[in-house]
Amino acid sequence: MIVTHFLPKFQVSVQSGQLAVRSALEKLLTQLEPLHLDVEEAGTIELVLAEALNNVVEHGYPPSSEGGAIDISCSHKRDGLHFEICDQGLPMPSGETPIGSKVDLNVPMQDMPEGGFGWFLIKDLAKDIDYARQGNSNHLRLRLNVRSA
Amino acid sequence: MELSSKTEESFRIVSVNDTRIDAAVAIEFKDAMRTQTEDGPSVVILDLSKVQFIDSSGLGAIVASMKNLGQDRKLALAGLTPTVDKVFRLTRMDSVFSLFDTLDGAVEGLRS
Repeated sequence: MIVTHFLPKFQVSVQSGQLAVRSALEKLLTQLEPLHLDVEEAGTIELVLAEALNNVVEHGYPPSSEGGAIDISCSHKRDGLHFEICDQGLPMPSGETPIGSKVDLNVPMQDMPEGGFGWFLIKDLAKDIDYARQGNSNHLRLRLNVRSA
Repeated sequence: MELSSKTEESFRIVSVNDTRIDAAVAIEFKDAMRTQTEDGPSVVILDLSKVQFIDSSGLGAIVASMKNLGQDRKLALAGLTPTVDKVFRLTRMDSVFSLFDTLDGAVEGLRS
């Protein structure tokens, strides 16, 4: 018989700022330790969450703003880890997440892109990505597959 | 962001002594790379063996460092750990840089 142990739902909160993302990732990965994720899975989770949180810090709470709280919750279900990132920063400009298309590398070296990889990585690695603006809050939901514990 | 560098054979080898190149240090990394590669050999090998994590900002900073070297110089990357390697593969940046599993492999492979 396969017994699957699910982590209880947990939440991590940080204040926006230069080291907010590092701090949030460290807390989140600590909470996920009981799952004994392999390097590959843990790396994917850290990367996707880093990109999503970097966006909140850079665009939701830009340096010109007062900043604010970023709350990340995680529910472990049969189909993986469900994350929700909430902030009270600026909304996504178009009301939806960027397309995140592949970056064109077929260009001369001096025109090589230095950005635009973030949403591509999120959309490539995460499932069921959903963004909603509710009142003054941004809610970004996404799911990441993990092998059952 | 701590970088150290040495010149070996005809290569400038720059080692990253931190475990992360992320948004928090991307600008610092770019500036430090500029300082470490201002002069010296035309082939620069960036030793990433201590780096466990890189995000898209860190990737952008490495691309910027390559561009900063100019057309006549070359940036090769060595010692990519699994998550770092994954970011290069997914963004297809592995086709832009010469990647080597180890620093020794890079020195060996780039020797002309």
